[in-house]
Amino acid sequence: MSAILDRTLTFGSGRERPAADASPTRPVARKATTIAARPQPRPGADPGAWARRLRNTAAVVVPPVVVTALFLLIWEMMASSPGAVLPAPSQVITDTWELIVNPFYDYGGNDVGMAWQLLASLERVAYGYALAVVAGIGLGVLVGQSTWAMRGLDPLFQVLRTVPPLAWLPISLAAFQASNPSAIFVIFITAIWPIIINTSVGIRNISQDYVNVARVLRLNGFEYFTKIMLPAAAPYVFSGLRIGIGLAWLAIVAAEMLIGGVGIGFFIWDAWNASMLSDIVLALVYVGLVGFFLDRLVAIVGNWVTRGTQAG
Amino acid sequence: MTSYLSIEHVHKTFGEGPSATEVLRDVDLHVERGEFISIIGHSGCGKSTVLNIVAGLLETSTGAVILDGREVSKPGPDRSVVFQNHSLLPWLTVRDNVALAVDKTFKGTKSAAERREWILQTLEMVGMGHALDKRPDEISGGMKQRVGIARALAMEPKVLLMDEPFGALDALTRAHLQDEVMRIQSDLGNTVLMVTHDVDEAVLLSDRIVMMTNGPAATIGEILEIDLPKPRERLAMADNPQYNHYRAEVLRFLHERHKNPEAEAA
Repeated sequence: MSAILDRTLTFGSGRERPAADASPTRPVARKATTIAARPQPRPGADPGAWARRLRNTAAVVVPPVVVTALFLLIWEMMASSPGAVLPAPSQVITDTWELIVNPFYDYGGNDVGMAWQLLASLERVAYGYALAVVAGIGLGVLVGQSTWAMRGLDPLFQVLRTVPPLAWLPISLAAFQASNPSAIFVIFITAIWPIIINTSVGIRNISQDYVNVARVLRLNGFEYFTKIMLPAAAPYVFSGLRIGIGLAWLAIVAAEMLIGGVGIGFFIWDAWNASMLSDIVLALVYVGLVGFFLDRLVAIVGNWVTRGTQAG
Repeated sequence: MTSYLSIEHVHKTFGEGPSATEVLRDVDLHVERGEFISIIGHSGCGKSTVLNIVAGLLETSTGAVILDGREVSKPGPDRSVVFQNHSLLPWLTVRDNVALAVDKTFKGTKSAAERREWILQTLEMVGMGHALDKRPDEISGGMKQRVGIARALAMEPKVLLMDEPFGALDALTRAHLQDEVMRIQSDLGNTVLMVTHDVDEAVLLSDRIVMMTNGPAATIGEILEIDLPKPRERLAMADNPQYNHYRAEVLRFLHERHKNPEAEAA
């Protein structure tokens, strides 16, 4: 992850597209599309066609299944040995079966199902991230457009973006005097940097050709913004949005551990205090899956919005 | 008497102080309405700079450009440009690329229906009526340049500026597009200023060829009047002694009197 950040969070001068291509999930996705894009053989046209397709599908599905099974097996063996402190996968499922099958129970207070815990966290992320998107793109446009603003703000951004998310929590608690806004602020301040920086790089990299077209057509500021700037910078903006959502989800768990209340972060902390290690493992699996889906969601939206924006 | 388009004693210097380079020195050119003018010269001679100054994309250091009685100081739709690399917006379809120009130019003068009709008409004119909803990355280089020409023509400019419009195309596509441009120009009677480094293209298309000396401080070396009847047939021209004479004139200028500076250095 840090390698990706290093590549994208600096004001790169090159024209390379930042994060999207460096994402670890990308090669798998690409492989899948090549297979899907292959011309479909007509049924019955080739007796070997079905076998071949089956083989291709298997080639994609088998490795992750095998590796996951091996991983679980090793885990099971290590956790079953005498003196092991962490629960084995089988143990986790037995212990947390009630939580798995009843994600929506509500006994009041913090005692609610996993789905509610996750939704509470997602709600905070949604608020913080939405603010970060609006402010980040706005500031990114400013910094990308104005050399003066870039020179003035860039040092500030470069220093502030290295501050770890949780370091913002005390100061935001002091400022907001309430835990929920503080958590939202932490999400905001965590997610905003890659959005600002990628947006500004995207704006700076707008081809002079498009600028000339806009000048010959005498587009006004608003027309230029909507017709040229946003679409031209969109691939970069979405790289920033994708890193931003990842960071936001990373930060929420830590922030919630400290602020308490309903949320997956505090659920984990609570489980730790009650020595319910199986609950923690289950929560981690859920956190991982939700993070993965958030990342995919932004990637899919990005691919859809930026379709055709690569100059042909 | 003033001309339709006058480039009056234009100087252009890039940079300031010791690092300043003088690109153009005293470029003076007068173009009449409906003329097709080519500017030819070795690379780096500042011919694109002349075009960009007329387009208003660059400012003159001294001197002025006057079009139809008014001084040119910034870009505008009365001087539309066909860029070398087509410069279509890749996120818009063929139709929307032209629509962007048409809607902006004729917002106050044409109704929405008229504008739609005009977009279709110009795209039909360049033979792209079949690809209205394609995106630029779905069509070939020659087609993209056709759309670029349609976009420029659709603005009904007073002067059409073309910056090596066929430079990036293969020879066959280029010849085909040159024929199209000749046909369109004779239909519409546009005033055209074209930058090129292709001698045949210049002789075939132009009424006059402006030959530029080598930079730095390039200027107009000679202007060659091409007195061949239009429309011109590519094949007939190949055996036409007068055509070959003009061609030889340009070649002599470029390769005898004003050799390529890079070739000389090598």
